[in-house]
Amino acid sequence: MDWLLDPFSGAIGRRALVEVILLGLACGPLGVWIVLYRRSYAAESISHGMLPGLVLAALAGVPLLLGAAGGVLLCAATITLVARDERLGGDVGVAVAVTALFGLGAMLALAPAVPPRLEELLFGDLLGVSSGDLMAAGALAAAVAVALAVAFRPLSLVAFDAASARSLGAPPGRWQLALLALLAVTTVVVVQGLGSLLVVALILAPGAAALNVTGRLPAALGLATWLAALAGAAGLVISHHLAVAAGASVALCAVAEWVLSLLAWRMHAPSPPSTALPADMFAQAR
Amino acid sequence: MSRGGSRLVEVSDLGGGYAPGAEALSDTSFAVEAGMILAVLGPNGGGKTTLFRALLGELPIRRGHVEVRGRPAYVPQTERARLDFPVSAVEVVLMGAYGRTAWYRRVARADRGAANAALERVGLADRAGVRFGQLSGGQRQRVLIARALMQDAAVLLLDEPLSGVDTASAERIETLLSDLRGQGRAVLVATHDVDQARRWDRVLCLSGRQVAFGPPAETLTTSVLRATYGAELVELDDGRYGVRVDHHSHGT
Repeated sequence: MDWLLDPFSGAIGRRALVEVILLGLACGPLGVWIVLYRRSYAAESISHGMLPGLVLAALAGVPLLLGAAGGVLLCAATITLVARDERLGGDVGVAVAVTALFGLGAMLALAPAVPPRLEELLFGDLLGVSSGDLMAAGALAAAVAVALAVAFRPLSLVAFDAASARSLGAPPGRWQLALLALLAVTTVVVVQGLGSLLVVALILAPGAAALNVTGRLPAALGLATWLAALAGAAGLVISHHLAVAAGASVALCAVAEWVLSLLAWRMHAPSPPSTALPADMFAQAR
Repeated sequence: MSRGGSRLVEVSDLGGGYAPGAEALSDTSFAVEAGMILAVLGPNGGGKTTLFRALLGELPIRRGHVEVRGRPAYVPQTERARLDFPVSAVEVVLMGAYGRTAWYRRVARADRGAANAALERVGLADRAGVRFGQLSGGQRQRVLIARALMQDAAVLLLDEPLSGVDTASAERIETLLSDLRGQGRAVLVATHDVDQARRWDRVLCLSGRQVAFGPPAETLTTSVLRATYGAELVELDDGRYGVRVDHHSHGT
């Protein structure tokens, strides 16, 4: 038991624990919807594309939250602009915009004048969370919970059968946009703890894992919430005892949950699982 | 429920489409009265689903006029619904009550009873708890029809409900369509099966535009079918016609 509690004996560890649990409360259920809507690519794109905003915030010495928000807006505007070219198509537009923005962010971050905070921007700083970060995470968890409760039925209608959703009272475009907006807000807050590269792990992996082991949507939403919080706490314990990066440990624990869920599923189910994790997520978590 | 005699759907000189400058459907005018089944015939890409989109208010309409009594219930082709969505048959049917249930309230007990009754009506009461994706194609189609029944709409739009379903499901669906007609609803059914269309009240033939509209006996002539299906119409050995649609054909 001491082995489990030691990491949280100090104030820094306890703050980090509260932070990851709050982030998990938001990321777990949101991730279920992102996986069901097949928006994993969007989740990854938003978190990567906001890097220039984070770097500029670091340069200017303003809160990363502001930089992340600006980065998301810049990312969305760039994707919209590029995707307007019908010859390219939406996916190519996203790829071009995100690669360009990530490259720009890296270039800015590696400039000699920039304070050495690139690691923090890419991989987060769970052990350095401030009171403001905790308040933002708490507000996010509450906002996501309320938003997903209000939107549960229309999101279900659109995800299950977008062709009929309007006739059942849920215009698909409106709710798809609402989900992406919620994803953007979540990413803006979570990126401070887990960084631009690792945030996608805590959003996607617990949701994908939950969908692998339960066939009921409410159960999947509840389970994903627990799995995300558990991945956060387990990651901090491992990080403390092995002296490795906290954000990366949390991301690896989340991915490990998904792997275990896949093994559990293979032992009990006859047909392929309903969810898959983006291949590049493994690359990021290594 | 009788809505006797009144027009529930009225379309006049409809023209519209999704891409600027290109009309997916044009020159279409027809009306459907209460207690009537309309067969909508046409090749793939001929405008059947586009017409339904117009009736649902989802098609940018550039010309003409569309009027539908109330919000229609729409039954899509089964492959449009997600098989991997974690939801049971009865939960799918309950979706038909979402539109009249506030987000902070549970679905009413009466609606839960109605969902079970709708499943019983389509012969799937014993499959209520089964995951939607684990049902057969015909059973899934019947569940989606049960969901439409839950909406209690005056107008029902069914997009090829009999394509690829087993015989038992097809018979059950045909009986159900007759029941809905008897209840005074207007039922519009997109289909490739001309034999089936002959048994219904009106036929609308589409091929990017309206080719013909009227009672089956007057409308389903060889010349109209040729104008509707073009090279997809094939003459069978017994003198009847078949329609080549994707990888299967439908006898006429």
